[in-house]
Amino acid sequence: MTNNPTNVLSLEHISKTFADGAAVINDLSLTVKRGEIVSIVGPSGCGKSTLLRIAAHLEPPTTGTCTVDAQGIGYVFQDPTLLPWRSVRANVALLAELQQLDSTMMQTRVDEAIALVGLQDHQDKYPRQLSGGMRMRVSLARSLVLRPHLFLLDEPFSALDEINRQRLNDELLNLFEQQQFGVLFVTHSVTEAVYLSSKIHVMSARPGVISRTIEIPFGYPREADLRFDPSFGQHALEVSHALRETES
Amino acid sequence: MSKKILVMGRVISPIVTFGLVLSIWYFISYVVMNANRRSVALPAPHDVLRQGFFTWAHNRGIQPILRAMLVTGRVAIVGLLIATILGLLIAIVMNFAKPLEWSLYPYAVIVQTLPILALVPIIKIWFGANLTSRTVACVLVAIFPIITNALFGLQSTDRSLHELFSLHKASKFTRLRKLEFPSALPAIFIGLRIAAGGSVIGAIVGDFFFRQGAIGIGRLIDNYQKEGRTTELFAAAIVSSLFGVAIFIGFGFLSKVAIKHWHDSATQVP
Repeated sequence: MTNNPTNVLSLEHISKTFADGAAVINDLSLTVKRGEIVSIVGPSGCGKSTLLRIAAHLEPPTTGTCTVDAQGIGYVFQDPTLLPWRSVRANVALLAELQQLDSTMMQTRVDEAIALVGLQDHQDKYPRQLSGGMRMRVSLARSLVLRPHLFLLDEPFSALDEINRQRLNDELLNLFEQQQFGVLFVTHSVTEAVYLSSKIHVMSARPGVISRTIEIPFGYPREADLRFDPSFGQHALEVSHALRETES
Repeated sequence: MSKKILVMGRVISPIVTFGLVLSIWYFISYVVMNANRRSVALPAPHDVLRQGFFTWAHNRGIQPILRAMLVTGRVAIVGLLIATILGLLIAIVMNFAKPLEWSLYPYAVIVQTLPILALVPIIKIWFGANLTSRTVACVLVAIFPIITNALFGLQSTDRSLHELFSLHKASKFTRLRKLEFPSALPAIFIGLRIAAGGSVIGAIVGDFFFRQGAIGIGRLIDNYQKEGRTTELFAAAIVSSLFGVAIFIGFGFLSKVAIKHWHDSATQVP
């Protein structure tokens, strides 16, 4: 595990006020390095998704600066957002097409990405023939094609059942260990956050600020059984408490 | 087992309806009407078949009906084709920018609400009473459902898919080609199917009023009515409705082929 010192994402003093005057985020700063998974946990409506959208330049902040120093951003939405009329393979190729990658390079990368998420046998299927977990894998593969240095994940596994969620958590960790991208991960699951992250920011609502930052000391690679380790429980408890404080 | 019964029901039920309608038809022809009245107002089904369909002569029976249907069918299909191309272009232009939609949409509605009969004299003045006029009438009837359905389809593209395209800085054209147009296809096909029906009606109405050039099915029906050739009148009406059915089924099939992989993607959970 090398610690690459450069920040792939720096948010500095970000504030966001919507047109109706509601302050969603107030003076929030955070950074993400390569080889680091940073999670944001918070009650719904605390502005964590808005923060992610600002990081992706989908929305401008009202004040503050957002700097992305990465060759590509992989953004994974809450839904897999696949094109239903495209096969798995064609869906995985979509972003490469939009970025106008050279076609032979594109084919190699598509093969590679499909293999990384283990969908070799389902390439010609259409999204509606896939389970929820498989659709999410396609969505991940689609971003992997761009070999991004930064992944922005907006509760990507929240619609999955527990078994699939854990499996995809492990797969994400696997990808992360191989490719060493930086991750900003938004979730409302405490165990998911602790299992994946090197750092957890607990956000409180109205206005959205980071109320607490908790470092998770476990190194990578992580074993699935880590979830049942007493020290894992300790950290989960700490995050839970921090979360509860935001609501009081 | 239950599926088999269901399939049989789907096949048998319409046949039963058909038989019932035939019985009522025979009942009225033979019990309610006398022979004179019958030949003028409601000839028996077998007479319609014999004289209308199974008579093969240049100016009697099925030959002139098929000739006329060919003329009308060609007008309907050309009209539909023009309406499709124009309608899709207009929808794309409207979708391109809101102000364009605001400035064009009310007029599209007006075109739709103008009764085609009111436009017929104007079309006649502008284009004459020929095949062009018939085609124009078709286009006017067929274009509106294509515009509205295509526009609806283009605009109901999933928002997060749009964001995905924004994230990767897709141009408006790429967005249209790779996202909006394919996602609008099911709606476009619904519009096409409605337009196809309208186009056939437009072509027949056109025949009826622009009485020059090749005889279409609308004018033939009118002639038969005036000449008291009721059996052939019935046959002509049946043929024109069969043409409409064929177009309807044809487009249904086309739409199934085009979007079969994801047709029910919004409603079906695997």
